[in-house]
Amino acid sequence: MILLAVDTSSIGSEVWMAVVTCFAAIFTQNILLSYFLGMCSFISVSREVKTAVGLGAAVVFVMTATTVLNWMAYWWVLVPLNLEFYKYILFIIIIAAFVQLIEMMIDRYSPALYQSLGIFLPLITVNCAILGAVLWMVIREYSLIVTVGFGFGSGVGWMMAIVAMAGIRQRIDESKIPAGLRGPGITLIIAGIMALAFVGFTGVLQ
Amino acid sequence: MNGQTTTKTTNQIILDGLWRDNPIFRQILGICSTLAVTNNVTNTAVMCISLSLVTALSCATVSALKEWTPKTVRMMVQVLIIAFYVIIVDILLRAYWPDMSRSLGPYVGLIITNCIVMGRCEAFAQSNRPWPSFLDGLFSGLGYSVILLVIAAIREVMGMGTLAGYPLPYFSTQWDKWVIMVMPPGAFFVLACLLWVCRSIGIKGKKA
Repeated sequence: MILLAVDTSSIGSEVWMAVVTCFAAIFTQNILLSYFLGMCSFISVSREVKTAVGLGAAVVFVMTATTVLNWMAYWWVLVPLNLEFYKYILFIIIIAAFVQLIEMMIDRYSPALYQSLGIFLPLITVNCAILGAVLWMVIREYSLIVTVGFGFGSGVGWMMAIVAMAGIRQRIDESKIPAGLRGPGITLIIAGIMALAFVGFTGVLQ
Repeated sequence: MNGQTTTKTTNQIILDGLWRDNPIFRQILGICSTLAVTNNVTNTAVMCISLSLVTALSCATVSALKEWTPKTVRMMVQVLIIAFYVIIVDILLRAYWPDMSRSLGPYVGLIITNCIVMGRCEAFAQSNRPWPSFLDGLFSGLGYSVILLVIAAIREVMGMGTLAGYPLPYFSTQWDKWVIMVMPPGAFFVLACLLWVCRSIGIKGKKA
């Protein structure tokens, strides 16, 4: 009985940790606004809210799944074999293979979803946010349950940032912006202001 | 066949990499993995050297192997070549400079997904011989490094009053430190302002 009680409480605290990590990844340690990961697609694909939502959803899904897959590959395969230095190659291959697989499956079973999501999937393979989340997960030595929360939270945080940015950019489409600042320049300024807002969350979770 | 494809001279490659086709200003590529370490000049310098070397060597290798690489899997081959060099850099850093390796964290590994490396391999190395490809990769990397070092210098001086760890005379004593510069928003603002200045110069140059 005692053993069981200890066990459930430790699982409970793990789940609680996962929830906290998830919120931290969304707000206080947003993968885009405080770690600058996934900037390339953030700047080039944030012109329209609709496409931003599509890409964001794809990132949430792929990030959650690949962090978990890579967690298993790293802690169950590489660490017992002492092959940690192969981690970059393994992670990249797993991410690419997973994305390819999902693309084929969506194409086969849900052409409608493929139409809206499919074009973004190849882009995700080279999205540094995915590999970044995987590497953070390894460096911070999260447990499997916490990793699920972290992967999901990072994806949601990234999606939130890119959707918000797309909304703002649609609004400023008609505004007069100095010639040198048009396009990426103003996007970076907005990103800076957004990052400033997110700095305000620091200390909320501790 | 090879002779025809190399239309750029060495000087042109160098100038293109450093200014005309500068990866950051002209193409807004690859700011992901390196912008994060620009709150400190030393970290940035190490990161930039690693990136330039990885780009140069991967471009040379991709170019040398292009005849034997099937077109359909070339992306995967390129990624593996890049990952190979990144692993070497990572292991060297961890062996000889463990403190630096720890403070750079995952960002060394993230060179793999840096768009510049892939971009140069795809755009230049696929159709050129190894030596010009090496130069192209090296100078694209250096063009990128110069800007990041400028950003890092501005952020470190204004935010901490030091340059590469050494206190500066005025900034470390009387200057009211801008903490915002060391925090993430600072990087966005400084990069945006630099972009603004350089683009404006570019626009004026075109008009004249």
